[in-house]
Amino acid sequence: MFWLIIVALFVFCWNMMTERTMWVFVYDAPTAAADLASRAWPPRWSYMSQLWAPLWDTINIATLGTLLGIIMAVPLAFLAASNTTPSRLILRPFALFCIVATRSINSLIWALLLVSILGPGLLAGILAIAFRSIGFIGKLLYEAIEETDINQVEAITATGASQGQILNYGIVPQVMPAFYGISVFRWDINIRESAILGLVGAGGIGAQLQASLNVLAWPQVLLIILVILATVVLSEWVSAKVRHAII
Amino acid sequence: MTQADFPTTWRRPPQLIKTRQWRIILTISVMVYLFLAISSVEIDWQRMLIGVERGQRFVAGFLQPDFTSRWRDISAGLIESLTMTFTSTIVGIIISVPIGIGAARNLAPRWIYMICRGIIATSRALQEIIVAIFFVALFGFGAFAGFLTLAFATIGFIGKLLAEDIEDIDEAQAEAIRATGGSWLQLVNYAVQPQVMPRLIGLSLYRFDINFRESAVIGIVGAGGIGATLNTSLSRYEYDSAGAILIIIIGIVMLSEYLSGHLRRFVN
Repeated sequence: MFWLIIVALFVFCWNMMTERTMWVFVYDAPTAAADLASRAWPPRWSYMSQLWAPLWDTINIATLGTLLGIIMAVPLAFLAASNTTPSRLILRPFALFCIVATRSINSLIWALLLVSILGPGLLAGILAIAFRSIGFIGKLLYEAIEETDINQVEAITATGASQGQILNYGIVPQVMPAFYGISVFRWDINIRESAILGLVGAGGIGAQLQASLNVLAWPQVLLIILVILATVVLSEWVSAKVRHAII
Repeated sequence: MTQADFPTTWRRPPQLIKTRQWRIILTISVMVYLFLAISSVEIDWQRMLIGVERGQRFVAGFLQPDFTSRWRDISAGLIESLTMTFTSTIVGIIISVPIGIGAARNLAPRWIYMICRGIIATSRALQEIIVAIFFVALFGFGAFAGFLTLAFATIGFIGKLLAEDIEDIDEAQAEAIRATGGSWLQLVNYAVQPQVMPRLIGLSLYRFDINFRESAVIGIVGAGGIGATLNTSLSRYEYDSAGAILIIIIGIVMLSEYLSGHLRRFVN
């Protein structure tokens, strides 16, 4: 019965979705793919000289965006964790809402909004990455805070420590490894995301991709995608190494 | 003057890097990097001033969303997004289950393992947007390209996590089936499947959630869905419609997150 409903729903959705599909293009796809591949090969290596600056921008967007995101996410995480929040009734739901809302909007949509507000450029990209990171870092960090060992906190409280000292000596050392791990993980994700932000005008290597796509310069497109892939693989390797060293 | 028998001050020992020199070197290099990075950001204050006014209009639009005047575009985009998400999640899972089984070291022979790991790695390394650009170029604009993109991305996600799950199963149960002389299919069906099924359902729901979010984005490069509507309304400077679309996206994501959390608890 359950499977029947799923199948029926699938067929229904499929019909809705493909209502306006031009099947000619779909049947044509293999030849189009072959054509595209033949035009894109070989990648235009000489274009590389123009890619270093955007690549540097892309890495900066990811790094500065992650830092900014951390700065905003850490207080939110402490407000959202049920054991450190100063008020359960007002501040906690507010912080949770901020975390969910920033997480449900993709960085590309953030970039789209910010570009139309701040104008194209690196700043919009950095802010887009930062806003998107808040939700991710905030969520993982507040879960880590909620899992801290209560005994250590009680030991600090017993010495007559103030609220700030309890946080500083009882909770922060316990969540520090998780915090570093989360930050590096997010940086790695942000490298991927910042590579495409340029498509909507937020700077970085995506802008070069957009420009090359607009003039249908497929060998350049191929080179840019190879560069992005290399950067992504490298950043994944770096983050895996760092996380391995910390945890 | 006698020296105290015990230290009267305490400094928290450094947590990450123990040697002093390396700490100094790292701090300086981080400072230099930050300086270089921040100085490469050019801020156009003139443009920002215009932006402030637009920002206000956007916030106003967000607070007073306009659902009605573009409702036909919004609902069309929404239906496209939802149908795209549903079909692509189903197709993606159907394809990724055999690939996930093939990518589990304890079930598949070496050469199948390598092929399946290769497919998973390719799918995970390519950004959804980049894949969408190519599928739009190949299959034309619209939801079909988006459907293929999401299905492709689902394969990498579910395949990888499913393979890891299969590798972590309790070997004793597999051993028991092997001892009865069960075939490979029986092994998968009776020893592996019951152990990974709850996880697979949980992952599928989670991926549905992700796919909906992604479907709101790939429309920007022409792959259909609500992202296309959002992009149009922003380029027309209709911030109240854009606000309405964003509220709908946030609402659906929250709802699906809540529902999938509940369903996952129910399944486990």
